[in-house]
Amino acid sequence: MALSRRAFFAAAAMPAALAAPRLAHAQAGAGRVVIIGGGFGGASAARFARDNFPALDVTLIERSRTFTTCPYGNLVLAGRRDMNSITFGYEKLAARGVRVVHQSVVAVDAAAKQVRLADGAQVPYDRLIMSPGIDLRWGAIEGYDEAASERMPHGWVPSLQPISLLRRQLEAMPDGGRFVMVIPDNPFRCPPGPYERISMVAEYLKRAKPRSKLIALDAKNGFSKQPLFQDAWEELYPGIIQWRGASNDGRVTRVNAAAMEVETEFGEKLKGDVVNVIPPQMAAKIARDAGLANQSGWCPIKPATLESTQVEGIHVLGDATIAAPMPKSGFVASSHAKHAVACIAASLAGRAPPAATFFNTCYSHVGADYGISIVGVFRPGPTGFAEVEGSGGVSPRNAALTAERRKEQRQLEALYADGWYDSITDEMFG
Amino acid sequence: MKLKIVLCFLVLSAPPVFAQATDTPLLIGGCQGCHGVSGQGGQGIPSIKANHSRDEFMALMRSFSANERPATIMGRISRGYSPEQTALLAAHYARPQ
Repeated sequence: MALSRRAFFAAAAMPAALAAPRLAHAQAGAGRVVIIGGGFGGASAARFARDNFPALDVTLIERSRTFTTCPYGNLVLAGRRDMNSITFGYEKLAARGVRVVHQSVVAVDAAAKQVRLADGAQVPYDRLIMSPGIDLRWGAIEGYDEAASERMPHGWVPSLQPISLLRRQLEAMPDGGRFVMVIPDNPFRCPPGPYERISMVAEYLKRAKPRSKLIALDAKNGFSKQPLFQDAWEELYPGIIQWRGASNDGRVTRVNAAAMEVETEFGEKLKGDVVNVIPPQMAAKIARDAGLANQSGWCPIKPATLESTQVEGIHVLGDATIAAPMPKSGFVASSHAKHAVACIAASLAGRAPPAATFFNTCYSHVGADYGISIVGVFRPGPTGFAEVEGSGGVSPRNAALTAERRKEQRQLEALYADGWYDSITDEMFG
Repeated sequence: MKLKIVLCFLVLSAPPVFAQATDTPLLIGGCQGCHGVSGQGGQGIPSIKANHSRDEFMALMRSFSANERPATIMGRISRGYSPEQTALLAAHYARPQ
């Protein structure tokens, strides 16, 4: 019972407040913070709160006992990592003083400031953080429902379906087979993710099944880090990848899972030996049920504090939010988390929220020793968020670098990608 | 009695000091994602913990933002910070003076 021990210390410190300014100050900002969702946003929020605001009493509610990251799932797909290396537990967060509750949330009662759990417990809060993640829009592509996703895996939400299913299908595919990918329009989780996936699948095919082809059917005409990806595909995987955008009839409107067939907007039917469908998405059900989402299916937030514009007193983080031009990435969710916690601590202490600066660093593996990146620094603007002028952007293109410098840049970014992954997961779960 | 008054003053004067202290954890939050919780680095990512004096740290960030120093991503990132924010980072990560 870490809580009661902390509560005891807080109470014991009260008479001594004058003699201990630091404790007295912490006391002024005391409060119960409940965090729903233990992914990049939620776990980062819990850790940041424990490290920086000892007066906050922190409860993290997450239905699963382990968390498998989306980042690096594509490396599992390529056979370069195993599932264990991308799966983490909450024990160390608990040891840091976070009360971790593995339960599903049934309802959020914002008026009464409490959360009801599946086991019937009510968890009261002073401030609520929701980092709910996403749901897939079953049926948005005709024929693509949960049952179809067993034959045509999405591999996009690890809590719904482990990437290992798609990996097994890829391994079972014959040499000379066809891997079909269906990619959604914006906005969706991890904008460069499908293209890192194309790269990692192509790397595997080139190595293990060199007569095979990959056809990517995309519902849009451009994508994140596009010139960098396409330069690399030409350089590393010539003849393997065909990418088709919306104006080249790339939008898939219907699938037939039994026939392993997809159909485009203008009626072309394509069969695949493996079919990976990344469907359109929306904020997770828990956020929609709590009234946080608008008609777009995503959650509007106040840029200065990340509080919901729909329901007072709830801070919403990460992929579920409308926060463009910030991408739906793990790094951004973690950055959101820190700012929301700092705003909560300030508000409980009766202070104005701190100035907001948000960060994104996002690497993609394109091949062995070949990494590329996009970074961004963002601040609240008058109506939404804005990238700080002159900052951010993607890695330089091949043409802008000497051969020697190019090799070094791509190698270093692949190495730093691994460093990024170790650091951010250590921050959340270490 | 006199001591108590002084301490009261300390308590009351704490918030402005703390306001800046709140900015620092938020700013270093942007570094931690790659350089680690305490700036220790790893997997080839350089350690930024107590490696530089404040002046050296400031000069390093300036050379990144001016593209005067080879970098993978730090040029793009350093241009997102104001000089005041860079000074807070320098104060946090530099060697104790």
